[in-house]
Amino acid sequence: MRTLISPTRLNKRAYRVLVALTVVLFTLVFIGPLYWMVTGALKSGQEVAQVPPTLYPKHPQLGNYAEAWTALTIGRLLFNTVWYAFGALAFQLVFDVAAAYAFSKLRPVLGRTILGLMLATLMIPATVLVIPQYVTVIDLPVLHWNLLDSPWAIWLPAVTNAFVIFLLKRFFDSIPDDLLAAAAIDGAGSLRTLLYVVLPMSRPILGVVAIFSVTAVWKDFLWPLLVEPSPGNRTVNVGIYAFSTGLTQNVVIAGAVIAAVPTVLFFLAFQKNIMAGLTTGGLKG
Amino acid sequence: MTATSVLPMAETPGPATPATHRGSRGRRKRRLRDVAGGQLYLVGAVACFAVFSWYPMVREFIMSFQRTRRGVTTWVGWGNYMRVWHDPSFFAAWRNTALFTVLALAFGYALPFVIAVVLNEFRHAQGYLRALVYLPVMLPPASALFLFRYAYDPGAGIFNRILSLLHLPTSQWTQSTTMAIPSLVIASTWMNMGGAILIYLAALQNIPGELYEAAELDGAGLLRRVWTVTVPQTRLILSLMFLLQVVATMQLFIEPLILAGGAGVEDSTTSVVYLMYQHAFRQNDLNGAAALGVMLLVVLAGFSALYARLSPKQD
Repeated sequence: MRTLISPTRLNKRAYRVLVALTVVLFTLVFIGPLYWMVTGALKSGQEVAQVPPTLYPKHPQLGNYAEAWTALTIGRLLFNTVWYAFGALAFQLVFDVAAAYAFSKLRPVLGRTILGLMLATLMIPATVLVIPQYVTVIDLPVLHWNLLDSPWAIWLPAVTNAFVIFLLKRFFDSIPDDLLAAAAIDGAGSLRTLLYVVLPMSRPILGVVAIFSVTAVWKDFLWPLLVEPSPGNRTVNVGIYAFSTGLTQNVVIAGAVIAAVPTVLFFLAFQKNIMAGLTTGGLKG
Repeated sequence: MTATSVLPMAETPGPATPATHRGSRGRRKRRLRDVAGGQLYLVGAVACFAVFSWYPMVREFIMSFQRTRRGVTTWVGWGNYMRVWHDPSFFAAWRNTALFTVLALAFGYALPFVIAVVLNEFRHAQGYLRALVYLPVMLPPASALFLFRYAYDPGAGIFNRILSLLHLPTSQWTQSTTMAIPSLVIASTWMNMGGAILIYLAALQNIPGELYEAAELDGAGLLRRVWTVTVPQTRLILSLMFLLQVVATMQLFIEPLILAGGAGVEDSTTSVVYLMYQHAFRQNDLNGAAALGVMLLVVLAGFSALYARLSPKQD
């Protein structure tokens, strides 16, 4: 495909040099810090504070990683995060898929108004509403339940992701109505049509939603910091921050490395889907 | 590479023969059931939005004019706003947040675009470079920020080591009043740049090659082609990313918290959201925090409205 510079006019040597330089520079900038992190965590407490810093650990101490694992209770943090992330995903898949399906195919009463009100929340960043949301979560209206320290405080607010509803609705809109009509003639009700006709066709968009929603919970900080205050309920992101006070630099770094490993593996495994999904979000150039 | 990859592979069904044997009464009943059913599908999502999104939005405004003390709530008018206004950190918080936003734009907005334009020319190593720039986006932010805290250490940190090896003046980074915010910007750009680069790359791939050919035939040089073809062709996405980035950077919180312990030296890293957090959870002043939330909401909504008026309309 033709881009900015015509392939015939391309100065081959300059191009090769530029590519090589970019690869070296980017590797240094993006992998270099990770090297620094992994090796920094192997240094002794004395060496990690040494001026000037050493390039590689003189006496690598694998024990730092073991110490970080227990001191930061990383196993527990990882388990919590996975539990919150996949629970949030399950609730989004049930409630948001149902809503988007209704908006797209069932023409519910006041559907356009409700959809408009949902999409309007996209203009208001979550952080701004953190205080009234917190007050609501510790004393739910009418029911007077306190969701603090329970996974529900993360699962239920995750449903209010208007972007997910928007993505799903737009995808469902592209499914021809004839197909649904055919299902209806065969005697399928709306639920059966959703489960056996619409959803099997929607696998690609469901994958995108899944990646979005899992990474959102994984990377969130302020909300889980507020609503999961007990040490046993923290997420990875909050936990390594909260437990880090009083620990030595090298142990904290070791904890940060261990916490990063699952996401790096997740990224390497789903790299294609993640990068393709990123650009499907209605972002037409 | 827009939505094509996720379009359903639907085979066009043959012409459906409508069922005619069902009586009009049965049809009406069915219609009624469908209408009720349509509403039923909305219940879960609407309930969640009502409780966790719409109600809090209203409640933020109400809370900002109330004061709750020992379980007793009273109306205090603009009292909360006056109190946070007189908070000694109030102006520092807004100044730091604004400075962070502007620097992050100057640094983190143009850079991903330039990188995307260059990467788009590459016939080799593009996949590797894409994965590289996106890798930091996947790290838990706290992990990445602890790494930067270690690298910024004035004595044992790698940044000062590199600077001194290059015979450049070293810095106190997050512990200096002048370099604190730029330090946050560097960390935040490293962490978040990958997303923007990939989105720009996707947009660049949609530019028809003929446009470049035509510009070249007209004698347009390299920079001229960038300015007259690349930028206008990606105008919509550029302006959308501008809005998204401003809104995201105004919510600055975790960077100062981990890199500078929150407020930093002499309030040099206090952000509006950090001040909100302090009021709510350190000073037991949820109402003052709500007032700060309303202020931030008004600023961001005002910015979005201004943006909507000035931004290019979708053709």
